[in-house]
Amino acid sequence: MDILKVRDANDVEQAVRAALADEQPLEIVGHGTKRAVGHTVASNAVLDLAPLNAIVSYEPGELIVTVEAGAPLADVAALLESKNQEFAFEPMDTAALLGTAPGRGTIGGMIAAGFAGPRRVKAGGARDHLLGALAVSGFGDTFKAGGKVVKNVTGYDLCKLLAGSWGTLAVMVEATLKVLPKAEDEITLALGGLDDEVAGRAMTTALGSPFDVSGAAHVPKAALGGELAALGHGDAVTLLRLEGITASVAHRAGTLEALLASFGRATRLDADTSRAAWAWLRDVRAFAADGPHGARVVWRIVCPPAAGGALGALLAHEHEALVVYDWGGGLIWAALPERSDTAEQAAELRAQVEAAHGHAMLVRASEAARAAIEVFHPQAEGVAALSRRIKTSFDPKHILNRGRMAREGAS
Amino acid sequence: MPIEMPVPDQTVLGRRDEIVAALRSIVPGEGVISSATEMKPYESDALNAYRQPPMVVVLPDTTEQVAKVLRYCYDNGIKVVPRGSGTSLSGGSLPLADAVLLGMSKFKRIREIDFDNRVVVTEPGVTNLAISQAVAHGGFYYAPDPSSQIACSIGGNIAENSGGVHCLKYGMTTNNVLGCEIVLITGEVLRIGGKAPECSGYDLMGVITGSEGLLGVVTEITVRILQKPETARAVLAGFPSVEAAGECVARIIATGIIPAGMEMMDRPATAAAEAFVNAGYPLDVEALLIVELDGPKVEVDELILRVDAIARECGQTTCRISNSEDERLLFWAGRKAAFPAVGRISPDYICMDGTIPRGRLPEALTRIRALSEKYGLRCANVFHAGDGNLHPLILFDANEPGEMERAEAFGADILRACVELGGVLTGEHGVGIEKRDLMPDMFSDIDIAQQQRVKCAFDAGGLLNPGKVFPVLHRCAELGRVHVHRGQLAFPDIPRF
Repeated sequence: MDILKVRDANDVEQAVRAALADEQPLEIVGHGTKRAVGHTVASNAVLDLAPLNAIVSYEPGELIVTVEAGAPLADVAALLESKNQEFAFEPMDTAALLGTAPGRGTIGGMIAAGFAGPRRVKAGGARDHLLGALAVSGFGDTFKAGGKVVKNVTGYDLCKLLAGSWGTLAVMVEATLKVLPKAEDEITLALGGLDDEVAGRAMTTALGSPFDVSGAAHVPKAALGGELAALGHGDAVTLLRLEGITASVAHRAGTLEALLASFGRATRLDADTSRAAWAWLRDVRAFAADGPHGARVVWRIVCPPAAGGALGALLAHEHEALVVYDWGGGLIWAALPERSDTAEQAAELRAQVEAAHGHAMLVRASEAARAAIEVFHPQAEGVAALSRRIKTSFDPKHILNRGRMAREGAS
Repeated sequence: MPIEMPVPDQTVLGRRDEIVAALRSIVPGEGVISSATEMKPYESDALNAYRQPPMVVVLPDTTEQVAKVLRYCYDNGIKVVPRGSGTSLSGGSLPLADAVLLGMSKFKRIREIDFDNRVVVTEPGVTNLAISQAVAHGGFYYAPDPSSQIACSIGGNIAENSGGVHCLKYGMTTNNVLGCEIVLITGEVLRIGGKAPECSGYDLMGVITGSEGLLGVVTEITVRILQKPETARAVLAGFPSVEAAGECVARIIATGIIPAGMEMMDRPATAAAEAFVNAGYPLDVEALLIVELDGPKVEVDELILRVDAIARECGQTTCRISNSEDERLLFWAGRKAAFPAVGRISPDYICMDGTIPRGRLPEALTRIRALSEKYGLRCANVFHAGDGNLHPLILFDANEPGEMERAEAFGADILRACVELGGVLTGEHGVGIEKRDLMPDMFSDIDIAQQQRVKCAFDAGGLLNPGKVFPVLHRCAELGRVHVHRGQLAFPDIPRF
């Protein structure tokens, strides 16, 4: 296999043009931490963006950072941290879940996957923080999308399409992202022993309160582990995070405790314990590849938050799934025992998820299992057809990450 | 009209009676308006220097009717201009002589309020403010608050990706919309997203939002709602220079405070506003800053002191802190009335809408002052200081020959300056017809071609809202052609492993 290590943005354009001329698809890779997500790309050539790793500019006062697509997320996060800022959507580190080397991953990969962490309930996802990009389309042309300011409605918002497109529309070479100040302080309230549906109601109550809850998660007893094992004293634990200035956090913790009194007595986790707990949740370490559930297949299910508790309980019952709830129930990570009839299992699970108006993506599974089904949730025909037209409008010859999101030839 | 619109299709105009009859068979009764007098109110939107009677107005009230109207237009090659409340400041819903004006004003129902999922499902003709009012009993509101929120429709907000004074903290429309039902020009009805926090596949909702009516017609929208903050207070601080006020804004953000709103007015804007509403604004300052904090009382009380301390360090010469809701609203009264206030001191004005990197504000204002002298026209500036969104108000008299053209040229120069300073042509009003011909100042031909290819994925015939956003709409077949750059490839030089 050819691995093309680009030196600059011009190399990316040249590589795509050559691929286009030869009708030879390219697999777009940063650190390759998420290569096992999605379908295996039909390609003999890898376009390695890791050398494009410069931080182009960082202007804390403007709340923006511009970096090359291959810039390591860890480096950029450390830079932001030095000015007490961060990506507010808490990008997930998939290393534990997928069993890749820790601390790796690029900004390009972060945007292309768009896996937001617990603060999505308050701050939105990667798509909400990508302000501008320079990218090479499947036409072999470098184009600019968006701008380098936080407020911009000039032309179509192509950045939204790039975020979460898994490299299937264009090769990003540079991205401008919105950053925000880190909270001064945080407290997490922990409720113990709630079943999934009751926990769902507790999270709904908290998120529907004026107390600006920035994380709402529930870990049933069966999925407990690591940093969280001690918190629930061996029983299920429901976590509600409050962030802000110290006085405000303390005040809101008190009022939220009172509001949730009917769900039991909450314990308060201090800032350090809270941070560790939310990092564990963000990275889905419950189902870590090297942990007790490392052999299970893992689904990422997104649904209306208030439907989460009942849906998760159903999946646990019907599929022997272990589940972890984030986003107040709007995100369910479900780990299922691997079965030989992957397609049948997927169809059953998806029917249940669709009944709850959600969608399900298979995030961790063997290559064979991923080849047997659509990894990304199948869309209604009209929407799927429009998505195909969008794909073609960026990449007419399907040169870029061919087959990553939708199996070629299938639907 | 200095802005050239697509040449009307005489064949279509010649078939007008037949088209009106066909539309009447789809939308019965008063839903089709074809008399010149009754079409009068639809001749323009809030960019009212531009007027054009449409060929016919149709006001459907069901998705099925919208689908049939669009399908009919698609089959017959008839252009369609969608319209919400007609409050666009960029001419987004300016009619075309040979186009059907598709008004969505009958889609007035809120379909579902779902407090548990913190969403509202609404029809597009509902006003922005009506959504907040409908959920107020549960303590909720809809965060984006464009200043036209009493009148503007949520469907129009989707088209324009509308902002407001609170978008630094709460985001624009795009950050607060979860899904929609959209009708394509073919009459195909699609559901995108829903109550789930994100949709699967490509973020179609993201590209539909802010597409200015060029991609489809939205017939239902799901928006996020938020709990109202417990309290809000504001600081009103005057500064002897724009630089000092700008420094204050930068330091507030640098210390980690994201205010709910942060507005700046220059001296002319402050004077006009004060003369209009008597908000008690100081008249001897070069820049006036309103900083609003919201949240729990204990938090707001502390942050307001921090903001006041920063403003003092930055040399504020006057300062008031709101101690009651009435006082807070009074601080805002002048700012919110800034446009009509300027309207009182000048026969006419146009409101520009560029964004610059916040730190370049003093430079931007210096350039605007120089342009003001060059064009011999006054200019007052209001500024969403938190997110760098500048609204210069150019004062002119349309009855003076040549003044409007001069005002427009002045405005275009301001927007070009915004782009040169690292900013963009429009922060929240949209491109429409107003900034259409400036698009090449910000985007290359290649950038624009890629945007137009996305347009082709939705509307290959270019029938929806032509003449808006893009100076020239290229044919989709031409845009889709792949040019193979053989023979000039640097590819062989790239290291291979």
